[in-house]
Amino acid sequence: MSAEIRTSDGELLSVKLRKVERRRRTTAFLLAAPLLFFIVFAYVIPIFQMLGRSIDNVQMNEFLSETHEVIQTWDGTEMPGEDVTSTFFYELKGLVEEKNHGKIATRLNYEKGGFTSLIKKTARKLKDFDENGNFLDQFIDVHKKWGDIEYWLALKRGTDAYHFRKYLTTFDFEQKFDGSIERIPEKKRINVTLWLRTIFVAAGVTFCCFLLAYPISHLLSVLPTRYSNLLMICVLLPFWTSLLVRTSSWMVLLQKQGVLNDTLVSLGIVADEGRLELMYNMTGTFIAMTQILLPFMVLPLYSVMKTIPPSLMRAATSMGATPFLAFRKIYFPLTYAGISAGSILVFVLSIGYYITPALVGGAKGTLISNRIAYHMQQSLDWSLATAMAAVLLVAVLIVYWLYNKIVGIDNMRLG
Amino acid sequence: MALPKYTETRYRVWHYSYIVICTAVFFFLIAPLFVIIPLSFNAEQYIHFSDGMLALQPEAFSLRWYEDMVYGTKNPWGIAARNSIYYAFFATIGATVLGTVAALGLSSRYMPYKQLIMSILISPMIIPLIISGSAIFFSLAKLGLAATFPGIVIAHIILGTPFVVITVTATLSGFDDSITRAASSLGSTPTNTFFKITLPLITPGIISGALFAFVTSFDEIVVILFVAGGDRNLTTIPLQMWTGLREQLSPTIMAVATCLIVLSTLILIVTELLRRRSERIRGISAQ
Repeated sequence: MSAEIRTSDGELLSVKLRKVERRRRTTAFLLAAPLLFFIVFAYVIPIFQMLGRSIDNVQMNEFLSETHEVIQTWDGTEMPGEDVTSTFFYELKGLVEEKNHGKIATRLNYEKGGFTSLIKKTARKLKDFDENGNFLDQFIDVHKKWGDIEYWLALKRGTDAYHFRKYLTTFDFEQKFDGSIERIPEKKRINVTLWLRTIFVAAGVTFCCFLLAYPISHLLSVLPTRYSNLLMICVLLPFWTSLLVRTSSWMVLLQKQGVLNDTLVSLGIVADEGRLELMYNMTGTFIAMTQILLPFMVLPLYSVMKTIPPSLMRAATSMGATPFLAFRKIYFPLTYAGISAGSILVFVLSIGYYITPALVGGAKGTLISNRIAYHMQQSLDWSLATAMAAVLLVAVLIVYWLYNKIVGIDNMRLG
Repeated sequence: MALPKYTETRYRVWHYSYIVICTAVFFFLIAPLFVIIPLSFNAEQYIHFSDGMLALQPEAFSLRWYEDMVYGTKNPWGIAARNSIYYAFFATIGATVLGTVAALGLSSRYMPYKQLIMSILISPMIIPLIISGSAIFFSLAKLGLAATFPGIVIAHIILGTPFVVITVTATLSGFDDSITRAASSLGSTPTNTFFKITLPLITPGIISGALFAFVTSFDEIVVILFVAGGDRNLTTIPLQMWTGLREQLSPTIMAVATCLIVLSTLILIVTELLRRRSERIRGISAQ
């Protein structure tokens, strides 16, 4: 039997220890709790709510609830019967009175083009309908499109409460009315191009940042502090400077009448008529993003390189390795942690870049974020915008998870 | 970096090309910023170096764009600057208090679900701003806070907290627990220990986190595009610059940009002083 050790107030030591530890756990959690709840309620939940919009069609389903029920019984091979058309007529009439038909017109237009004008025209003529006559014929009289079965099929699937078709659109696919999934016509394909371009730019910018950051981080880590602090300003000043300032400086440099072209012309390298197109295309986006994100690669690389003792390289060379071999076998592997930290950081930041591509990229240099913003603010197709946002978010979270696995969030350092 | 006399020629060549490469990269990093400064003193309306400027003639330079920035009626830079400072001030206070308290909990050995909670708290920094912006906008709109002063401050607090959490936890990770234990053993209460011992020691980290939060709010553009909703009275400097840059590059924007470069230089100096102070008082880095 083991001796029971008790504290001065007579409690078992193990019990007391557990109590103390529990109290400390609670204290620690309570300290983090205010921010945790704030972020969860003001940020995490709103993100999920917003992403819900990508599959949410509840409003349509409520507007046309009876039509939705009746139309489920229609098999869609022949024109719909009077039960469907009459239910739809009365519900549409109600919606017109409430002035809500515009909303369903926009929504149905995503299912099949031409619905906006169709609903608007029909809405104006509803009062002329003979409620004892054949509704389908009268619909066709108002607009011949009602004679096209696809519009009724679009109405059928457009009243479902939830749908996943926007995710198909995100990758330039569409679901035909017979249920088959096909790629959309080549002329209309734009999203896949943008996804590929975004990944290409993000990967390219990451690689260029790595190539440029490696030598200067090394230099900064081996120079005496006096000099390295001075040179560090070159990295930290852009880091602290407003993104818009840096983007506008690239606009000044890259414009057709800009500083870079002016210099090239005055040096006689480029003819005045042959000024380079550096802006409003991928080149501009690429150059500007590389410079803007470079500090995010230098800082983690530098902090890792700073910890590598110079004696390791000396030991390798003293044992007969050439400097290049010593670098490849000794120094470079030791910097892997910094390379992965910097690369993941730059990749994750560039995959969601919005401002710089919008200003410098023009039509040919925009990225997926710009497309999301376009659908959010201009086309107002929020379900498509949020579907794209969901895909982007998943991509970012995978990279974030990798970062956590490889580097660990605890080791994230800034500045 | 001087080479020993016995270095072979090829390593000598490599060494000098390495120096050249590094110089080029440093130039690439810093030169774009310095292009803006002389252009803001341009006497002409065009954004390029006029012959007069290149010849350094005094009449080619002027302060007219700074005058336009302060007194011009076309762009409300005054309102924008005031708003930017207000938002950044309140967002910094909010983010610093919430972030520091959370960091104190997160640095405890006893913190449950540390990794998970840390990932959630850092997420506003990682998730693309376009997603954050629209999500925050929708939730603020539901509460009737979109396009209001408190709404924008809340949005900026969300974006600023990850930086405070990261910098303060980093500072606390180098914290020597035996100091607080020594205080307790000498009879200090936990509260007293915190305010007399812990807080002064982590202050450089907190200030550096607060600076991050301030700059994040002050430079923030994507979220405010959604949340401000085009209200002219809520505009900020970045928003004003964004609108200006979308129309055309004007010399007034160069003047504003120059002011912002001066501001970031000041911030850089403050962070450097903080780092030195931190190193001096306890031999570790604040960052």
